[in-house]
Amino acid sequence: MSHKKSNRKNKNLKNQWKAWLYLTPMIILLLVFTVWPIFNTIRISFLCRWDEDLGAVVGYDYAKAIQGVKYQFGFNNFINVFTTGDSFLIALGNTMLLTVLTVPISTMLALLIAVALNSIKWLKKFFQTVFFLPYVTNAIAIGMVFAAMFGMVWPTPAKPPTSVGIINTIIEAFGGHYINWVDRGSPYWANIAVLVIYIVWNALPFKILVLLGGLQNVDKQYYDAAKVDGASRWRVFWRVTVPLLSPMIACVVITGFIGGFKEYTSVVGIFGDGMGPTGANGSLNTMVGFIYNYIPHNQGKASAAALILFVIIFIVTMINMYVSKKKTHY
Amino acid sequence: MKVVLEHLTKIFPSRNKKEKNAEVVAVNDFNLEIPDGKLIGLLGPSGCGKSTTLYMISGLQPPTSGKIYFGEDDVTELAAENRGIGLVFQNYALYPHMTVQQNILFPLQNLKGENRLSKEEMLKRVYEVAKLVQIDEYMNRKPSELSGGQQQRVAIARALVKMPRVLLLDEPLSNLDARLRLQTREEIRRIQRDTGITTIFVTHDQEEAMSISDFIVVMKLGIIMQTGKPQWVYDDPANLFVAKFLGTPPINVFRGKIEGEKLYIGEEAVLDTKGAEDQEVYIGIRPEGFILDEKGGLTCSVSGIDVMGRDVSVVSTNENSLNPVIRSIVSADEAGKVSDSGEVKFRLKEHKVFVFNRETESRVYFGKQFAAHEAMLRAMQAEGEFYAFHEGPLPREADDASKQTQPEEEKGFVAKVKNFFAKIGGAFRKKPETPAEDVAQEGAPAENAENTEIADPTQTQMDKEDDISQ
Repeated sequence: MSHKKSNRKNKNLKNQWKAWLYLTPMIILLLVFTVWPIFNTIRISFLCRWDEDLGAVVGYDYAKAIQGVKYQFGFNNFINVFTTGDSFLIALGNTMLLTVLTVPISTMLALLIAVALNSIKWLKKFFQTVFFLPYVTNAIAIGMVFAAMFGMVWPTPAKPPTSVGIINTIIEAFGGHYINWVDRGSPYWANIAVLVIYIVWNALPFKILVLLGGLQNVDKQYYDAAKVDGASRWRVFWRVTVPLLSPMIACVVITGFIGGFKEYTSVVGIFGDGMGPTGANGSLNTMVGFIYNYIPHNQGKASAAALILFVIIFIVTMINMYVSKKKTHY
Repeated sequence: MKVVLEHLTKIFPSRNKKEKNAEVVAVNDFNLEIPDGKLIGLLGPSGCGKSTTLYMISGLQPPTSGKIYFGEDDVTELAAENRGIGLVFQNYALYPHMTVQQNILFPLQNLKGENRLSKEEMLKRVYEVAKLVQIDEYMNRKPSELSGGQQQRVAIARALVKMPRVLLLDEPLSNLDARLRLQTREEIRRIQRDTGITTIFVTHDQEEAMSISDFIVVMKLGIIMQTGKPQWVYDDPANLFVAKFLGTPPINVFRGKIEGEKLYIGEEAVLDTKGAEDQEVYIGIRPEGFILDEKGGLTCSVSGIDVMGRDVSVVSTNENSLNPVIRSIVSADEAGKVSDSGEVKFRLKEHKVFVFNRETESRVYFGKQFAAHEAMLRAMQAEGEFYAFHEGPLPREADDASKQTQPEEEKGFVAKVKNFFAKIGGAFRKKPETPAEDVAQEGAPAENAENTEIADPTQTQMDKEDDISQ
């Protein structure tokens, strides 16, 4: 019996080495470009030293390290992230706010659009293309377009603008007063509003695509059954469509949260790498923006921030998975 | 509730508007009166329009023309949810995210206004129905945690909970394994008897339909071939199609002729056919219609013997048989006379032999069969039951060939484009090069010809399918 078993094992091994052979190129790439950087990031995040000139603990810097400067193991990078200035807390706050606002809005909108797209026959392909367009456009370029749409031209900061962007033109056409969305002195809520519109618009295509795919996989008989059972459209949507789509919705929400925490390009696209309107640099900074700020001269601190970001995303995803498992079980 | 179908017709329009021939007549001028409280089986090969008929009765598909009555009410224009029907889908369509109880409860929760029940009443109703289909032990399970038979019962419970006027079942047993099928069909029979709801079910399995239906409706290409009690239809088939469709093992069909009131298979006179005119015929002989007899008229060469316990099936061949082998069922005692090879002679039982005109494939009566048929008709009239008998020529598969024209249209379009470019090319070219244009234009019809060749194999394919179902 045991002999037979080991025989089968040998056979399996024999088959396996071929599989491993085919996997090797990919594994090497993964090791070099994914596994090693992750490992290295963790290592670097714990490296720091006491700098006499600055009179403070500074994180690992590659440029100094190759000149022979020695680093010690410690938790100071993590402490530094939270204590030196409040820029990390600002970035964390901005990121959280954007994520919490955009994920529900974009998911709801995507769901409605997907259901609508699934039920029309005329121009279906056309609208699918229209809604898919943001996916294939350059985020930075579109950010600049958004900046122009929401922007204004000020000859001098003290005077009213000589011309306004298309959004303000529309607002004024309806009798409203123009709003300073993104320029010097613009209020924080206006900046966030523009960012939310941009991010939602940018996130829709992927979500619509996933949800539409899910919808097309739903057996039409469920809808026939619901029709015979006399369910109203609204009830069919909530009691049949949404539950049947729940695995897709969970997927979209989880990826949405992960994407939200990594938000960076939208802010750069609209506000430039100042990460805020002119005169208020850094006010709209995000976690990824914070990490990028420290990459050139303090990789230790950047790595520490990256690890913190990872832990946050990990926890949020775990919560998401836990909730969705409870809700989508069938 | 009596269900009456009057001139019911369903035409599926062709997908391509230019090609009018491509429309498919799924149900053709269907007239049927289904008596109250009976279990009716719609029976036919795939693509005969039986499911379409069912969906038109349910209201999920609007008929192209014709009327549907439930009792005295004209429900033709009524939406599915207002017809008071229960529908069980082929793969049950149970909501996977709801428990059994929620599934059965769902139709009740959708009721509005004065029909709406209180929560206690709803639950009471759900438990009553669950008990009826014997699923009340599993109320908190999800459909995925149930076996196929249990899912089936939940689906029936969900259809019954609204107390429908008519219960419709679409291929109710096709997703079950053989043993469950036997069990479930008894179950359906019992539930139908207990509730007394007029029930219509669709199946392509003749055995299933024969075993539980009060009445069967045999269909082909959207036309009723024959209706009646299963045994009647089996004993007195209206035409070759019905004869071939009913019975396992299937009926044995021979080429033959009637000459001088005698029935010939090949050169052998096998039966007296008093009162039948001379003509070329097909002869259908039920497997149980053979008697081993050395003086018998039909000679076949034996190719094997299948022992099935009580009975023995003698497998033999005859050059005039349309089936590859002839199966004749004889009792085990008699089979001792047959050797594994060599020739065997059969005498035929007159009431198990059906003769059909070669052209029209409709029934040719002879001898005692006239009287038997008359007696059956009288019996049916006495019982006040509906009876339909398809007379005249049968619809051919060829009528259905219009389905095949659709890809041709697309190809035709390609040909047109090719022609167009060929012409443009011709305009740019100098005159000496016109032969090239001719070649291109010849290429287009050639493609069409190739296309009809493509259509042909599918045609034979359909014929083959037909053979299998027989």
